[in-house]
Amino acid sequence: MVDENTNAGGQPLEEALIKAREAQRRVTDGRWVRLFDHFKREWQIYAMLLPTIIWFVVFLYKPMYGLQIAFKDYSIFRGVADSPWIGWEHFQTLFANDQFIRAVRNTITISFYNLLFGFPAPIILALMFNEVMHATYKRTAQTIVYLPHFISSVIIAGIVITAFSPTAGIINTFIGWLGFDPVYFLTQPQWFRPIFVGTGIWQEAGFGSIVFLAAIAGVNPSLYESAVVDGANRWQMMWKITIPSILPTILIMLIIRIGNVMEVSFELVILLYQPSTYETADVVNTWIYRQGLQSGQYDLAAAAGLFNAVVAFVLVMTANTLSRRFSRTSLW
Amino acid sequence: MMNWNLYSRGDKFFAMVVSVLIGMFTVATLYPFIYIAAVSFSSGFAAQAGKVVLTPIDATLEAYGYIITDPKFWISYRNTFIYTIGGTIMSLIFIVPCAYALSRPQLKGRRFFNLFIAFTMWFNAGLIPFFLNMRDLGLLDSMFGIILGFAVNAFNIILLRNFFESIPQSFEEAARMDGANDFQVLWKVFIPLSKPAIATITLFLIVARWNGFFWAMVLLQSEDKIPLQVFLRHTISNLSDDDEFAIVQTAAGFSAETVTAAIIVCSIIPVLIVYPFVQKYFEKGILLGGVKE
Repeated sequence: MVDENTNAGGQPLEEALIKAREAQRRVTDGRWVRLFDHFKREWQIYAMLLPTIIWFVVFLYKPMYGLQIAFKDYSIFRGVADSPWIGWEHFQTLFANDQFIRAVRNTITISFYNLLFGFPAPIILALMFNEVMHATYKRTAQTIVYLPHFISSVIIAGIVITAFSPTAGIINTFIGWLGFDPVYFLTQPQWFRPIFVGTGIWQEAGFGSIVFLAAIAGVNPSLYESAVVDGANRWQMMWKITIPSILPTILIMLIIRIGNVMEVSFELVILLYQPSTYETADVVNTWIYRQGLQSGQYDLAAAAGLFNAVVAFVLVMTANTLSRRFSRTSLW
Repeated sequence: MMNWNLYSRGDKFFAMVVSVLIGMFTVATLYPFIYIAAVSFSSGFAAQAGKVVLTPIDATLEAYGYIITDPKFWISYRNTFIYTIGGTIMSLIFIVPCAYALSRPQLKGRRFFNLFIAFTMWFNAGLIPFFLNMRDLGLLDSMFGIILGFAVNAFNIILLRNFFESIPQSFEEAARMDGANDFQVLWKVFIPLSKPAIATITLFLIVARWNGFFWAMVLLQSEDKIPLQVFLRHTISNLSDDDEFAIVQTAAGFSAETVTAAIIVCSIIPVLIVYPFVQKYFEKGILLGGVKE
């Protein structure tokens, strides 16, 4: 009785199970068929994507695999994969190395000066451009101040070296007129940072103002109209309307700059520094360049690079989270 | 903009002061270029003595004569054109189709691919692994290596992808009705509609290539492969160290300073010629960069 019952109930159960399995198979088969159809129909977009993906793998992701030499005793002959692991030894060496520590400190200091002096410059410039009434004058000035952004750092350095030369340079000519002795600007460590940061402002303040000018252009004109009715002058409008309106843009740009603290434009540093100014000029990337590419200590230099990249990554991610909070949109 | 007639006297004074300050900054921006041009046309003696301020002193073309008779100058100039044109075309071949593919909603793994590309903006392996990878690929001292190895960057792809995504579907549908495939849609619909965005990216690419220095210096050894920027760098550092040159030059009427200045002028001229034509694009372009994902 009990057997019959189970049998009676069991028979359909088994059938149902088989049916379910078949249905499942049909569905999965269908999925593969559909996927096949999808690729057959849409192969072109994958063909367009593939070269770039391969490029990223070969030129940017393969080096990330190569980063393991930061934890290895790398030898050129053994290659990346076969060099022996040594753990954190390179990092211990790094943090016991005065020059590396100095390079980290210099990077942060130079970035700080860039932030302090270089960040407000394009904002002030944009606010001033906004007050210029003569259209042609404004246009011409903008054309000129954007220009240095497009000039290579080698030329910028060439100009700086020529202009600051102790005997031939225009700066020392002026100093001579004032009756002082020539200053050896590029060989004295105390002058490197002012020259470097000043050069950066000269090169980028104009171009950097574009973003803020666009933000100013987006301010609601009716705000100014009602301010005029209330009898406000231009100075008051700038402080009470323009600056508060572009504050979100200012904040986002500030956050981006903080996120890029580790990214001092080391190309210009390489072009302007010399052994006598390493003390104030040597940054992490220039240290890596000398240790790795000039002295061939690839593994130690790669460890320094990994340290730099991790710090930069954390800063950028934090910056993105912060800007998301401020603007409800991410930076990318 | 506000009406000038509505300005009070205080406002007018304020606007004047600002205009003067802007003028001063503009002159300060321009002056170094004028100074360098003046040095390049001055005699070596006057330049060395620091006599040049605004106009050439003892005007001469000796410095230009020295560099244009140097075949290495012309080879490096030619190389810069090769890197700029070849590199820009190579970049566009990668970037444009990739941006199109990423803008398609039907692309499977779209989120993954976007992240895969964007991740390289936030984290990169650094100088050393990149260099070792180029060496392992046999791309040291290779012109093709320079062109291919720096062809793609995530920022330009994302910028163009955002622009493609903003194009309304209706533009595409007509072409689809006529049986156009993706290559044809990209070529006949998207690219013509995206001319400003593509022009902007092309401009960024050209500027980056024309100015490219660091990796060319690191990766290239042969003198017949180096671009103008590396040649300029070599000249600047050689001239200032070379005592023999110092003796020759004084007799010849040029100096390290005038030769350096002359090379700077020669390498800026193409930028100055192109610059007015592209200005409208980069102003738009930098704003395109602000488009959110």
